Amino acid sequence: MADVAARNPADLSTQPRSGLHKLMQRKSTIAFLMALPLILLITILVAYPAGYAVYLATLNKGMTRFVGFGNFEFLFGRDTFWLVVYQSCLFAITAVIFKAIIGFVVAHFVHNIPSKGQRKWRGMLLVPWVIPPAMSTLAWLWLFDPSYSALNWLLGFFGIEGIPWTGEAGWARFSVILVNVWIGSPFFMIMYLAALKSVPEQLYEAASIDGATWWQRIWYVTLPMMRNIIAITALFSLIVTFANFDIVRVLTAGGPLNSTHIFGTWAFRVGIEGGDIPLGAAVSLFMVPILAVAATFILRDITKRGSEV
Amino acid sequence: MAQVTLRKVVKKYDEVLAVRGIDLDISDKEFIVLVGPSGCGKSTTLRMIAGLEEISGGDIAIGGHVVNDVPPKDRDIAMVFQNYALYPHMNVYENMSFGLKLKKTPKDVIDQRVKQAAQILDITELLDRKPKQLSGGQRQRVAMGRAIVRDPKVFLFDEPLSNLDAKLRVQMRTEIKKVHQKVRTTTVYVTHDQVEAMTLADRVVVMNGGLIEQVGSPNDLYHSPATKFVAGFIGSPAMNFIACQLEQAAGALRVRLNDTLSFPVPTERTARYSGHVGKANLMLGLRPEHIAETRPHVEPNQHDFDMVIDVVEPMGMETLVYFTVNGREVCGRVNPNAGATAAQSMKLRADLSNMHLIDDSTGKVL
Repeated sequence: MADVAARNPADLSTQPRSGLHKLMQRKSTIAFLMALPLILLITILVAYPAGYAVYLATLNKGMTRFVGFGNFEFLFGRDTFWLVVYQSCLFAITAVIFKAIIGFVVAHFVHNIPSKGQRKWRGMLLVPWVIPPAMSTLAWLWLFDPSYSALNWLLGFFGIEGIPWTGEAGWARFSVILVNVWIGSPFFMIMYLAALKSVPEQLYEAASIDGATWWQRIWYVTLPMMRNIIAITALFSLIVTFANFDIVRVLTAGGPLNSTHIFGTWAFRVGIEGGDIPLGAAVSLFMVPILAVAATFILRDITKRGSEV
Repeated sequence: MAQVTLRKVVKKYDEVLAVRGIDLDISDKEFIVLVGPSGCGKSTTLRMIAGLEEISGGDIAIGGHVVNDVPPKDRDIAMVFQNYALYPHMNVYENMSFGLKLKKTPKDVIDQRVKQAAQILDITELLDRKPKQLSGGQRQRVAMGRAIVRDPKVFLFDEPLSNLDAKLRVQMRTEIKKVHQKVRTTTVYVTHDQVEAMTLADRVVVMNGGLIEQVGSPNDLYHSPATKFVAGFIGSPAMNFIACQLEQAAGALRVRLNDTLSFPVPTERTARYSGHVGKANLMLGLRPEHIAETRPHVEPNQHDFDMVIDVVEPMGMETLVYFTVNGREVCGRVNPNAGATAAQSMKLRADLSNMHLIDDSTGKVL
């Protein structure tokens, strides 16, 4: 009916309406409309808070006056800030490396379990990742207790002196990283396990006929085939670990003497507990450029290699 | 010297016997094809030779040394897989040189060997491409190149052509034969395609149900199959099997198919078959090419009969005709100009000098 009407010369006046109609029919318009809910969601939940954080970071402590980069200048002059930068990098990088190594090794073990028993093991190994971190960290806090904990009791049993797990700077850093690795490794394990399963068995057979040892098979077949998953998982985990809050907050609250503070916890300490919200916002904004650089490098590598396989 | 010897080789998966104790001697430089329907144990046998499957019983020796417990990397073999198994992140040159690189071969030797193999296979201009950028046939060549470069004792092919289209398959078949004529390495080739087996092999090993049915040259298997299975498996269209009885009349033997149809047995076979007169479960085996249209000139042992044709299939150079005897479909190959028409009677001629008599209860060709 509609196209019969459109052929009628008398209906030429309806052209503007059909122009709008055409616009609505265009694929790009439809695509935009379908993406609109997501765009709105991102605007409300990401863009607005981010913009607001930037705005906050430019105010004075009382949030009454615009100070420009004043908060940032103040931070650059403080030793604690640089300590937090150092600790955040140390925490995130060390934890991600260990999570990746442990995840990779455990994924191999699970991959080699006959498929009947595999589900059970996969489920059990995922437990640390599934428990809310604040709760499991609380359990670790008890394990780390200097006088009454299981860990020091065990050490004492073997005649070794107790360790001040959260009481001394070096050990405290070790402890928060340990707990983070414990919680985060299962995620790596499950990602790497999925990647391992996607490597065709025949490539390993071909490699072993070509004369490769188990180590060479990992080096020349497994790792190159998993490269993208390894990179994406590491990037994702780096971002999450860098922005970590709950583990440090529950385990050490940044102590002793700020030696375990990372961006998230220090921003909280300065902004919420210290009552200087603009300064806290400025601290947390520092995560953005550091993570942006990491993300750019890793994602560029992925797009470069993505076309190969 | 690289002969391969299998002695009572058995493969058991849990309680299922995949290979039930096979013996096979493959001599140096020989091209052996293992052929059989899927699940007959041919691939398992090949993978046991490669060392990719453990042997449940028996011995496998390569070049005189028992290799039962030798890992694949130390067996000095090369294998071409059905889906090629090229390393997707390496280019063609790296794929081909990978084995040599692992053996710490000097770079210039690697370079020379890769280029030589690339020349044999005509893939020189593809050396820096990734497998993804190659067509199926090119990938197939690279997979073969990877095997040739290593100069192994034995080549193993696991259904290498089954992922190619029909035309390319014929082309690559010739290619494989050419390569073998050039490099002369002992080769074990697995396929389910009897045409591939016939065209490539020095000797064909027909397997069925985890056992070897028959080993022989392509012509042996075609003309003197030992069992009904081999007779039916080799040749396309397959051999016709018609239930029959053997009768003795006035010193001569006759195969009787039914009340109206019977043929005299060639006199040179009388002695061979005479012990089976009156036996139950006999079958006449006759290939479609030995059932043709009638011609004016009659050769010995050829006999005319009339049949109503059910289906006519023109193939160009010949026409296949199908008709029914004793409820079984029988195929014949006639000249395209013989005027075969469906639902019409036609005078056909059976050439009994190529007949086979089969005892259906044992599956043996008598």
